[in-house]
Amino acid sequence: MDSLEQAAAGRPGEGLVPAPWRIAARREEIADGSVFTWSVRPEAGEVPIYRPGQFNMLYAFGVGEVPISISGDGAASGTLMHTLRAVGRVTRAMQNLKEGDAIGVRGPFGTAWPLETARGRDLILVAGGIGLAPLRPVMCHAMRNPEAFRRVFLLIGCRDPQSELFRDDVIAWSRRPHLQVEVTVDRGGPAWRGHVGVVTKRVQRADFDPSDAVAFLCGPEPMMRFAVLALQQRGVSDDRIFVSMERNMQCGIGTCGHCQWGRYLMCRDGPVLRYDEIADIFDVREL
Amino acid sequence: MEAMLDIDGLAGLIDALKRDGYDVLGPTVRGGAIVYDHLSGIDALPQGWRDEQAPGHYRLHPQPDDPRRFDHTVGPHGWKRFLHPASESQVRVTRSADGVLRFESAPATPAPTALIGARACELAAMAVQDRVLAGAAQPDRAFEARRAALFIIAVQCGRAGGTCFCADMGTGPRAETGYDLALTEILEPGGAIGWHVESGSPRGAAVLSRLGVAAAQPVDRAAAERVWAGTRAQLAVRMPAAGLRELLYRKLEDPHWDSLASRCLACGNCTAVCPTCYCTRVVDAVALDGWIAERTQEWESCFNPEFSHLPGGSVRGGIGARYRQWITHKLASWHDQFGSSGCVGCGRCISWCPVGIDITAEVAALRASTPQDVPERLE
Repeated sequence: MDSLEQAAAGRPGEGLVPAPWRIAARREEIADGSVFTWSVRPEAGEVPIYRPGQFNMLYAFGVGEVPISISGDGAASGTLMHTLRAVGRVTRAMQNLKEGDAIGVRGPFGTAWPLETARGRDLILVAGGIGLAPLRPVMCHAMRNPEAFRRVFLLIGCRDPQSELFRDDVIAWSRRPHLQVEVTVDRGGPAWRGHVGVVTKRVQRADFDPSDAVAFLCGPEPMMRFAVLALQQRGVSDDRIFVSMERNMQCGIGTCGHCQWGRYLMCRDGPVLRYDEIADIFDVREL
Repeated sequence: MEAMLDIDGLAGLIDALKRDGYDVLGPTVRGGAIVYDHLSGIDALPQGWRDEQAPGHYRLHPQPDDPRRFDHTVGPHGWKRFLHPASESQVRVTRSADGVLRFESAPATPAPTALIGARACELAAMAVQDRVLAGAAQPDRAFEARRAALFIIAVQCGRAGGTCFCADMGTGPRAETGYDLALTEILEPGGAIGWHVESGSPRGAAVLSRLGVAAAQPVDRAAAERVWAGTRAQLAVRMPAAGLRELLYRKLEDPHWDSLASRCLACGNCTAVCPTCYCTRVVDAVALDGWIAERTQEWESCFNPEFSHLPGGSVRGGIGARYRQWITHKLASWHDQFGSSGCVGCGRCISWCPVGIDITAEVAALRASTPQDVPERLE
């Protein structure tokens, strides 16, 4: 056993040495297979405790690592869920892995959605595309704990009806009276009967109480910029808005330098940050 | 404890460390530059070499009759090449026939290593990397182990380099801490050479007393002090540190970055020679038999467009944005992230920039540029 492993002793997968895990189940989120969800299980020991909004580093043998948010847990079956979009070298290799294949996992890393701040209040979740993945554990929490928040507004924006994620979950969530789910698409198509247009419009119209609401945002940066403006215009204060920012996270422990965004190391200080703490840099280009 | 070494004393010090099992590293001349490498003995030191440095300029000039061994200032190498190497195995992954992965990392068991010739700015740089790599919540154990295996013999600069600005960064020119022994090279008017040596740790004092060399006299101390004062007086490059952090944060959106974009080649030389730059990437490779994969940590530069890679493209696609990232990290966000400046004023980034971009001149230009209105928010 070496020093790095000793540093990780007690909690598998900490430090820079992954722990061996396995893909317990795999399902396609989008018909073309470009977005898929893994349920992963450690070879030994317990699933680490994670907080909604955190991420793991997933490793494919010989190919590399990617930071992927935790999109849920199957507490009963001892697994964690990760939803991946095959978009780069590593995630495309991961697209070809099958159930039962071995992977490496380090984590969890980063900051979490502040569920306590939202307790008893209206909670607005704004998700763009695969940005729904790190918000899914918040919805699972709201499903299991109906008293946790006053009302939950899940506002989902996606490209088209075919790219809608977690469709079964969305249907199940929609059936709960304290959960209000709205999906809007950029392009509808003839069979689409829902909203068309930017998700910002849903923020403008949702029936929440701006004076006692908390918002969690995750999606492309332009979407989040406009969602912040819409929330501000409704009167939600900056310290009640939280955004999850994507940067190039490689080490997860604040020592490789890649994920810097202004004064923040996003793997350590992020990905979830309170808007009033980032307002001065949120609009700076190429930072 | 203070003593005086003559040439035999200095040779004896190096020999004593070798007998104690230390690998001795120090300055030597190679390829027209002072570099740091393993030293066979005192003869490997760069006797009679003086460097000339300016923006985009480094030349070594021979002074064959000059007995001094440390009349140069810092060259392209920093000690980070030994403490935080440019390439290092991080994790080895073995796949067994039943598909199970085993992850191992090689134990860090560095040999005891003595550095001779570390300058004040370099000791400060080591302390900066200590805070980044060893001060992390999950420290870099290999770095820690190499750092703990060091015996450091500092050399007090007898000359200010043409691009040095350590005094403004508060790191020099005189090393006051972070060494076991500190040498000051003293050239008598008659041409005699000697080294005033001061211990900075019990370990250093123990080595010194074993050498059985003459204790320093007040006149020796006075000669050393004249060297320290002389070097300080020579420092010509200035970068006043007051308000630097706030200045950089205020100038995130400034037309001056466009000027840098038109000059900077994004070659990454500055990050390679900077003694505090620590960024790394991981390169994956699989052995030909397909059963073993290696994860190798390598130095990475924020001037590389891939550095800020995201699925939608690099965050910092423009060179101006990359230079802004580098200088803002050094002088501003380093304070927020690690509690100190990331610049020690060694001047390497100035000398080794192929187009002579001078960090101190860029800061001065940013100070001088008129305040810009922050672009209007999206409506």
